[in-house]
Amino acid sequence: MSAEGPARRARPLFVARETYRRRRLRDAARALPVLGLLLWMVPLLWPLNTEAVSASGALVFLFTVWAGLVIVAGALVSAMNATDRGAAVPDPLADEDDEP
Amino acid sequence: MIAMQALAVISVAYVLFLFAVAFFAERAARRGRGAWLRAPVIYTLSLSIYCTAWTFYGAVGTAVRGGFEYLTIYLGPSLVLIGWFWILRRLVRIGRSQRITSVADLISSRYGKSNLLGVGVTVLSVIAATPYIALQLQSVVLSVDAFRHADPAAPVVADSQTMTAFWVAAGLAVFTVIFGTRNLDANERHHGVVTAIAVEAIVKLAALLAVGIFVVWGLMGGVTETLARIDASALGEWQVSGGRWAGLTFLSAAAFLCLPRMFQVMVVENDSDAQLRMASWAFPLYLMLMSLFIVPIAVAGLEILPAGANPDLFVLTLPLASGQEGLAVLSFLGGFSSATSMVIVAAIALSTMVSNHIVMPIWLRLREGTASFSGDVRKVVLRSRRLSIAGVLLLGYLYYSVSGGGAALSAIGLVSFTGVAQVLPAMLGGIFWRGATRAGALAGLSVGFVIWMYTLFLPSFGAGTLLPVNLFDQGPLGIAWLRPQALFGIEGLDALLHTVLWSLSLNAVVFISVSLLSFPQPLERLQGAQFVTTDHVGGGARSWSSSAAQAEDLMVMTQRILGAREAQDLFLTEAQRQGLSGSLPDPTPDFLEVLEKRLSGAVGAATAHAMVGQIVGGAAVSVQDLMAVADETAQMMEYSARLEAQSQELTRTARQLREANEKLTRLSVQKDAFLSQISHELRTPMTSIRAFSEILRDSADMRPSDQTRYASIIHDEALRLTRLLDDLLDLSVLENGQVNLNLRHGMLADVLDRAAAAASAEETGPLTIRRRSDNEEVLLYTDIDRLSQVFINLIANARKYCDAPDPVLEIRVRGDVGRVVIDFIDNGSGVAPDAQDVIFEKFSRVGEQKAGGAGLGLAISRQIMVRLGGTISYLPGQGGAAFRVVLPTDLALAAQ
Repeated sequence: MSAEGPARRARPLFVARETYRRRRLRDAARALPVLGLLLWMVPLLWPLNTEAVSASGALVFLFTVWAGLVIVAGALVSAMNATDRGAAVPDPLADEDDEP
Repeated sequence: MIAMQALAVISVAYVLFLFAVAFFAERAARRGRGAWLRAPVIYTLSLSIYCTAWTFYGAVGTAVRGGFEYLTIYLGPSLVLIGWFWILRRLVRIGRSQRITSVADLISSRYGKSNLLGVGVTVLSVIAATPYIALQLQSVVLSVDAFRHADPAAPVVADSQTMTAFWVAAGLAVFTVIFGTRNLDANERHHGVVTAIAVEAIVKLAALLAVGIFVVWGLMGGVTETLARIDASALGEWQVSGGRWAGLTFLSAAAFLCLPRMFQVMVVENDSDAQLRMASWAFPLYLMLMSLFIVPIAVAGLEILPAGANPDLFVLTLPLASGQEGLAVLSFLGGFSSATSMVIVAAIALSTMVSNHIVMPIWLRLREGTASFSGDVRKVVLRSRRLSIAGVLLLGYLYYSVSGGGAALSAIGLVSFTGVAQVLPAMLGGIFWRGATRAGALAGLSVGFVIWMYTLFLPSFGAGTLLPVNLFDQGPLGIAWLRPQALFGIEGLDALLHTVLWSLSLNAVVFISVSLLSFPQPLERLQGAQFVTTDHVGGGARSWSSSAAQAEDLMVMTQRILGAREAQDLFLTEAQRQGLSGSLPDPTPDFLEVLEKRLSGAVGAATAHAMVGQIVGGAAVSVQDLMAVADETAQMMEYSARLEAQSQELTRTARQLREANEKLTRLSVQKDAFLSQISHELRTPMTSIRAFSEILRDSADMRPSDQTRYASIIHDEALRLTRLLDDLLDLSVLENGQVNLNLRHGMLADVLDRAAAAASAEETGPLTIRRRSDNEEVLLYTDIDRLSQVFINLIANARKYCDAPDPVLEIRVRGDVGRVVIDFIDNGSGVAPDAQDVIFEKFSRVGEQKAGGAGLGLAISRQIMVRLGGTISYLPGQGGAAFRVVLPTDLALAAQ
């Protein structure tokens, strides 16, 4: 870890709006699977073998979540591609995983 | 009814079409027109090999048997891809930067290029994949059978099922050998294969969607109607237990990351982050579409088809039963595509692993010691890979024919998933945790593997087949808590969840604990740093030392592995980068690093490391080496510091010697001067004594007054001689240490008083003595007489030699702990610097012979002070002659 010590210290505390936006997109990309997991684990709460949850309702719920996730993921990726292309100044930390 | 012959023709045509696609894609890539081959959409479609025949046909069967549980198999991978920013991005980057060729290579490379780990993962993968391949063969056979039953005219051939399986396996082997081993660098893209798979992905999606649409709108009459009929069917209630829902989602996600074939298309074939970005939303979409119509198909099959029909074939039998032959053929092709694409990629991935981690190391071991490689390594690698492909398919075929394709096979999918998921802890630990060690990975994998074998894989053949029945009831040797399906006495768990829980949790626990307790090898630490910080460290830490490696030998070896042209290109580029004019670069560590990475793309990290190691002479730099070097440097520095110290000491000694020599020379001069002086001193009284005694002897008539005067002169001169001789005697006694000290108590002030009085009485002269009597109240225990002798001498000297017009002597007394310091400072011109170091020598006299002393006073004083345990020294820079006497207040105490 010591090798990148100076680089780490030189890391700016605040970044330009563009870079900031890009980083928040990554945050969203990281948060999305957590949301998906939560929604898809809702069936854990459903009672077994009763009429309470109809199969069609379950099917619709699961596939709606699925479609929603696909759409949001696609939107995130296209937003990322757009910011990457439009970036006047490349984010120096673009390749790093653990930016602030 | 479609004839079997027609089906065969269609199948062959389809296969030929795939060959053509692969061929043209390969040619396009070769001609440099293959940009579209790297398109993210192709990458995304190639991921579809996750959907095998087991999911194409089997999902409906699973839905019929277990309700919505089939969805979990798709939910896990969807989550992995939607969360690509967490794991996949890193995995893919590591795969690119380290030129990883397989999942076994990843693990082996991460943990110090350990081939043992590579072998372990390979064996695990082959064991887990073989039944899975058998399952694909079975699905093709069953689907063909479905047509056969529908075609009464079909000839009845004995063993037709086995024959079908055999021909399918053989055909796949040929395809895979042709397109899967085209280029040796396993890390390079298999454009032909990937493109063919992408086409198959479209075919199977289209087939499933077509069947689904036909079912929903053709058979069921619309979406609302379908939903209503679903609710009315046996699947109408939520019947998946929470444990299986969560457990299978997790298991499929884990397997998605660890399956060798998935790793092959996802990581090894990956070109850029853009591919992954698209796949992150497009592949979940693909999976969603694949699973969308499963439940309607299942419900329709249950309603329409006769009871007892195999639900695993509903996708095929529904169109057949409805007379939709075209749709049935499409469905057949979809299933065929699912099966073949999976088998092809699995065979490529497994053959790479087997070849790189088992065959090549053995081959290398056999020809160990031969510095350069005789024979064409390239051919060996390719041949071993081709044989491995054939071997893997043969294994699958044998497994199929031996197991007879029973129902046991359909359960094997999840069993296989659980097996490959054992790699997960080592994989994630390897890319996120630098503390993960080889020993930990090995231990974790072994534990997971053993538990999986014991609790799931072997029992999956059925009680009494491979494991005796009573083992399940009583446990091995009657140990109840070791029963395969109730470890630690916890019963009632679903068998699959039971294994997933225990194998993965114990695997992870052992992996982490052993990693924490063990210490990694240097190479492991290097690799660990590179893997975990891959985003920061672009290149990599060095692991080769520049050594006796011969560039030519390396060239020979590389040519035999990469092929002549590629090797020459590589060497030329490197030589140019080093600024050399020839085509052979210097074997610098950098170059060896590049070369090794390049070779590892072809034969795997461990083998490449071993090969380069053979030529370089095993000169991989270890941290120990580095530390040894550092040690050596430290030793050198220490040595040179010692040398420097020695030379400084020598210089110091030389200076001291020079000073001593100068002093000796001065002393010798002084001695000469003194000898003449003392002879003069002695002769003067002797002369007058002789003269006056002769007068007394020869003059008879002398007046008594004269007589008395002459006699007293003689007496005075004799006294003077005596005093001189006394001094000399005193000094020699002191120097010889034969003096007896007369120790007693006395006040310093009294001693000084006495000395001042005595000195004033002896000579006349205007000397003012300044003293501070309050400081002089010091009680001494010493030889008071000797001490006052020193003081008298110093005061007399000041009186004699002080050249100030108004001479003043200041006596300063300063008490200290256990000692007293007495300074005698006059206001004269002092002692010349060059004389300061000789004034305490015997016979030393300074300056003009103003008052005729023998020059013994200070010498005697010094000897006395040494005897009294103190010192006397000249104090320069006080404005006049200054002497410092340091005396212990209590000689008895000081002596202790």
